[in-house]
Amino acid sequence: MTFSLVLWTFIKVAIVVSILMLHVSYVVYFERKVIGHMQARMGPMRVGWHGLLQPIADAIKLFFKEDIMPSQADKSIFYIAPIIGVLAAIGSIAVIPMWDGFAIANINIGLLFILALSSVGSYSIILAGWASNSKYSFLGGLRSAAQVISYEIAMGLSLVGIMLLSGSANLTDIVHAQSDYWFIFTQPAAFFVFVVAIIAETNRAPFDLPEAETELVAGYATEYSGIRFGLFFMAEYAGMFIMSALAVVCFLGGWDGPDIRLLAWVPGFVWFILKVYAFIFFYFWIRATLPRYRYDQLMSLGWKLFIPLALANVVFTALLKLL
Amino acid sequence: MTVHQLIFIYFAIAMTGISLLVVTRRNPVHSVLFMLVLFVHIAALYLFLNAEFLAAVQIIVYAGAIMVLFLFVIMLLNLRREETEEKFHRQWPVSAGAVAVLAVFFIMIVSKIVVLPALGEYSIDAIRSEGSIMTVGKVLFTKYLLPFEIASIILLVAIIGAIVLAKKSTNS
Repeated sequence: MTFSLVLWTFIKVAIVVSILMLHVSYVVYFERKVIGHMQARMGPMRVGWHGLLQPIADAIKLFFKEDIMPSQADKSIFYIAPIIGVLAAIGSIAVIPMWDGFAIANINIGLLFILALSSVGSYSIILAGWASNSKYSFLGGLRSAAQVISYEIAMGLSLVGIMLLSGSANLTDIVHAQSDYWFIFTQPAAFFVFVVAIIAETNRAPFDLPEAETELVAGYATEYSGIRFGLFFMAEYAGMFIMSALAVVCFLGGWDGPDIRLLAWVPGFVWFILKVYAFIFFYFWIRATLPRYRYDQLMSLGWKLFIPLALANVVFTALLKLL
Repeated sequence: MTVHQLIFIYFAIAMTGISLLVVTRRNPVHSVLFMLVLFVHIAALYLFLNAEFLAAVQIIVYAGAIMVLFLFVIMLLNLRREETEEKFHRQWPVSAGAVAVLAVFFIMIVSKIVVLPALGEYSIDAIRSEGSIMTVGKVLFTKYLLPFEIASIILLVAIIGAIVLAKKSTNS
């Protein structure tokens, strides 16, 4: 009994993680294609049909590049920083329910678990910035520290409304609570705050201040090369995938599809993955549309607009729930 | 010896070892990192006690907010000089011996005097029946309402104090 449970969990983990890693590499391809077409370019075209093998070529290239270590760097932290990032990002997939009854770990504190891991993930960037012993990396790391702390509060507060409405922090229960209507319709303010906060949380444009290439070369990743740089990339895109999945689970009804008899045979997983990719497309769309914010604008936006808005939403939702 | 005991023994030994590493590192950033590992161990110990909510809060609050602020301050202070200086006074073996003797006395006294109390009302089954979050919330807002409110007032005072200190005076 226990042995088969452990074995089954291992199999689930192996399947989900390998699929996630494949997705991560093809999300990069997806992004280059989408942004390319938005800027009236073709995107990658050379490797394979319409550049379909490009992610594999990139991965091979990253693996065989020289791993350079700056001479004054803090060796152990320099090595461990990207690994923390990847582990925190991949660990979160354990609690995401992909379809009814399928999550590697269906735990009661799923939502809090993801918040906890995302806060651990921010260490990767801060430590990478510090350990590289370079001005650009350090500035990137400091910016990331301040940015992630500020926006984590807004993100957590925007999810409180969801917990109040569904009466649970279990992600499967949250999806079940949305069987009548999705929370995006009852919690539009929370959804808005959440979407902005996760863009800041995953360091994506227009909030990619920690790696702002026009001023900081590549921010925290300036001194990294080869596969360690690749790990940061992986952590960023896995983080995007997790955050999109969280948005889908909390606001867009999870695996819940349109209620049409003709489409009843489609498994819930398809709806889930479609919604996740629509959300990831939204990320790229924003990146291609908006210019980067200035750092002080980013901070005052977070503290003076999003946190009060999320707080007001919590109070309002709690009052409604009480009535 | 059961698996549970083995796990507990691992955590007890590891936490003691990590705490020692925290105070003996030359580099303050390394100390902060070991502190982080320590917090993860504490969270795992909470999980072991079926207090999953406390485990999550332990990571979110301590690892996610407080230790990041520690790191922030340490990085701004730029303590590279600390690494080259001698860390301890020469008397440290004497104090270590004194601490060891005292610890033995302490353990002997505690094991003689302290009697484990009877099991309270919050048994594992009671918590499971309504969930960890709900149990903590109920206790916090009924039995311990006054301490909870006092804690929030203290935090509010700290926030206002920080604003007063950080605000530039406008009349000069």
